[in-house]
Amino acid sequence: MLPTPDTAHVSFDTVYEPSEDSYLFLDTLSSPSESAWLSHRFSPSTSTAPPLIVEVGTGSGVVLGFVAANAQQIFGRRDILALGTDVNRHACAATQETAQRAIRDRQCTPTTDNDSSGGDGSAKSTFLAPVMADLGTPLRQGSVDVLLFNPPYVPTEELPQIPTATTEQAMAGMSRSERFDHESYLLSLTYAGGKDGMETTDRLLDAIPGLLDPGRGVAYVLLCRQNRPDEVRDRIVAWGGGWQAESVGSSGKQAGWEKLIILRIWREVEP
Amino acid sequence: MKLFTANFLACAVKSCRTSPASFPLHFRDAELEQQELDFQPDFIRNILPRLDWDALQVIANELGFPRLPEKKPADDSLGDEGLLRDVHKLLLETQVIEGKLVCGNCGHEYMIKEGIPNFLLPSHLGSKDPSTQLITITNMYIIN
Repeated sequence: MLPTPDTAHVSFDTVYEPSEDSYLFLDTLSSPSESAWLSHRFSPSTSTAPPLIVEVGTGSGVVLGFVAANAQQIFGRRDILALGTDVNRHACAATQETAQRAIRDRQCTPTTDNDSSGGDGSAKSTFLAPVMADLGTPLRQGSVDVLLFNPPYVPTEELPQIPTATTEQAMAGMSRSERFDHESYLLSLTYAGGKDGMETTDRLLDAIPGLLDPGRGVAYVLLCRQNRPDEVRDRIVAWGGGWQAESVGSSGKQAGWEKLIILRIWREVEP
Repeated sequence: MKLFTANFLACAVKSCRTSPASFPLHFRDAELEQQELDFQPDFIRNILPRLDWDALQVIANELGFPRLPEKKPADDSLGDEGLLRDVHKLLLETQVIEGKLVCGNCGHEYMIKEGIPNFLLPSHLGSKDPSTQLITITNMYIIN
């Protein structure tokens, strides 16, 4: 099993603590079947251009850090570019730290287990930046090769307002109780998904065809049972143009109400 | 943020998406930091196809870096190690710590603080229907 990135430096007052859903992401992407699929799709013999991996809503950065640090095992190449977005500045800072540490731990030590390309002189994963943003809104169209999203998926009566450019300035001069409310608000953004838990995920799904690289782009989106994953999959296939969606990982087999799946979304392009 | 990031960022305002002037974003008042990294010529050669060369020239000029050649390196110039080193230094070793990124179409300024660019929009430019912006956070804690 590949090591989970260290997140001991992260304060979880306003940042989502790695949980079952995060770990499902790690297990799914590093599973033999999914790694084989990704390594084939991003084989350097098809294109030497390093893939851009983007995680939207990184939280602690545990998923993006894991993928970047273990790129050799997951993508069959280490020369990937990693970028994360989150609406919360604390999460952005945490992600940068987590990803850089994970890459350093896995790729800059002389002997890394299972890492055949280890040693100096070979390419390393590059962490580009943490970006404060609403989903992928500032990303250039068609630039993302792998998009990862562990959304706020819990059904809630209301959807918290998306933070704006001035939200973080408001924190200065807050009383203790106002600060507590603000931290609860930031935390609510990590799980509250509005109607069917799908309001934020729906906005991301709408953006996927525009964001992904038209040739090799692929997205992984986590859903819970209340999100009606079968309907989501059918909807994506109905986009036409070769769009596919398939469940490639699941957890919660103990019949808990929060059964989770990870949907892989990609386009099968006619040769 | 590594300067390379700018190759993948455009204005977040929806109506700017179709405007060619929304990319590249223009650095203003940028505070830079150089961080030395291993130079890997093959990696630089491989990222060239991903680069918008015209945009990179604009950015390099704005930040006062040495002029890049007019045309993206190809064929013979791929062996020009000095040039590859310039690209390495610019894209991978240069970190933008503070400053602004400005859209050439709408003029919106995105602040960069402690190396993190902030692309959250003011509420009047956001993607949501303005009426929903007024909903305050209540009943958010019932599900726990």
